[in-house]
Amino acid sequence: MELGRPNLEVFADTLLELGQQNKELLVVTSDSRGSGKLVSFGQKLPGQIVEVGIAEQNLVGISAGLASTGKIVFAVSPASFLTARALEQIKNDVAYSDIPVKVVGISAGVSYGALGSTHHSLHDFAALQAVNNIDIIAPADNFETREVIKAALTYPRPIYIRFGRKPMYHLHKRGTAFEIGKAIILKSGSDVTFIATGETVSRAVIACVLLEEQGISCGVVSMHTLKPLDEGIVLDAARGSRAIITVEEHSVHGGLGSLCASLLLQRGLCNPFKIIGIPDEYTVTGSQVEIFEYYGITPEGLAQTACQLLEEETFK
Amino acid sequence: MDSNHRCEKLSLAKLERKSIQYRKNVLSMIKKANAGHTGGDLSCVDILNVLYNYVLNVSPENFMDLDRDRYIHSKGHSVEALYTVLADRGFFPSEELDTLNQFQSHFVGHPTRKVFGVEHNTGALGHGLSVSVGVALAGKMDGRSYRVYTLLGDGELQEGSNWEASMSAAHFGLDNLVVTVDRNTLQITGRTEEVSSLEPLADKFTAFGYAVRTVNGNDVAALVEIFDQAPFEKGKPSLILARTTKGKGVSFIEDQANWHHRIPTDEELTAALTELQAAEEARQVQDGTR
Repeated sequence: MELGRPNLEVFADTLLELGQQNKELLVVTSDSRGSGKLVSFGQKLPGQIVEVGIAEQNLVGISAGLASTGKIVFAVSPASFLTARALEQIKNDVAYSDIPVKVVGISAGVSYGALGSTHHSLHDFAALQAVNNIDIIAPADNFETREVIKAALTYPRPIYIRFGRKPMYHLHKRGTAFEIGKAIILKSGSDVTFIATGETVSRAVIACVLLEEQGISCGVVSMHTLKPLDEGIVLDAARGSRAIITVEEHSVHGGLGSLCASLLLQRGLCNPFKIIGIPDEYTVTGSQVEIFEYYGITPEGLAQTACQLLEEETFK
Repeated sequence: MDSNHRCEKLSLAKLERKSIQYRKNVLSMIKKANAGHTGGDLSCVDILNVLYNYVLNVSPENFMDLDRDRYIHSKGHSVEALYTVLADRGFFPSEELDTLNQFQSHFVGHPTRKVFGVEHNTGALGHGLSVSVGVALAGKMDGRSYRVYTLLGDGELQEGSNWEASMSAAHFGLDNLVVTVDRNTLQITGRTEEVSSLEPLADKFTAFGYAVRTVNGNDVAALVEIFDQAPFEKGKPSLILARTTKGKGVSFIEDQANWHHRIPTDEELTAALTELQAAEEARQVQDGTR
């Protein structure tokens, strides 16, 4: 796999390109244009960026007001603050009011890992899963990031998009189709399938290579859309694969794993199943890589989890 | 109706009679639904009356026009007053209000956009001002002529988000934004000044960058005069500190915290409607129409 750019940069470039083509596109920031790589956008399209200062509630409220007049609004702020401090504004002024603001959580998950839990967003999937009328997307690579931002432009519903700030491997072949709500099968396998989202997908892909070397048939699904969940692909994976492992840069509670577990159990599919994410404990700090290593969100860690899960199943 | 879709600007006498009629409707509606924010509805009736019957360039016919004035009801709990005024202005038949708070009715206990004429869903306090700032900012960006009006409760000002929004309103120089505060000095627990002091409110708003005016918010003539003066200062958002009486118009409801969302008994409703009827007749005598 070839290493690409940070999804954050691709997001910013895509937004600039779209903004140059459409004067109704606005970016609203809360002193976050630097961390959002939007300085260039602000310089080239000064009339299309709105700065509200360090005030996330106000950011979302103003964004809803702007969007209610027909503006295409991307409300951009670190995911940690945006989806906690401004949760009620997202719930009421965007989702409940059915105003299609594009709520963008930058530096999501443990992108700001060393800065402590104040700056981690390990709750955002869970919080927004329980908010009606807003969709949730976590692109895995540069392609998915570019495509989701393009799709968001005309997306008629409220939407939340989150990603990190480290370079991502290119995961998709040229010509791959992207549609919000339609997961992408990167590889099919009959022993174990990783259903992963966001920046963990590339780790699952490499884990797959390690497992294949051991003769384990392994699949990977990039579940870029958590809501609405592509239930068909999850069910197909469970029917075509002995074990399912979900992987996410999020709490193990209330995210992708919980969604898949809920779906599979309600459909009577009881495959060996494991949710990989950040457990409910006082979260360690360090770089994203270090935190991923600590919690086994690495190719080696994921491969080991898969082997254990399959082994446990064999000896049941 | 003039070309701007304003309701024909009503005479003060007609406006004052409307306020009395609205109060009767609000009380009857609350009684029928067995729910509602009686005190806050009655305190803001005159403000909504003047806005919808005198100030706003908005009507059922132009409600989808980009240049219409916007009204955002930030103190969303006083929804019965808003519904009453919208029905009177022809946004929907008043009979539909019989479904208030009923299962699957669009007439929910706080405003939603499912009701024709409502600009934004409100109900949780401290949201309407930021949204209004966004709408006003869009108007400035696009060079549109509309103005944005919002009404905040005074207790609502304890939500910090209002002050974030106020900073933005001033920062962006939104002189197309007119904020009215329903300063009835009561919230559900008691006096605002005893729960969490707000004063000196005018000074606070001035310091935050508004051009501030104080008015008797239950005096229709004074409201007409003050809204006619807005925007008060070029480049600044306008703020009207409307001194009101919670429960205004019914002697035994006025200025009582326990009438925040109390429902009148049958006897109380009769007494209230009788008192309002007497006020209406007195008004007619004064106008020479009786």
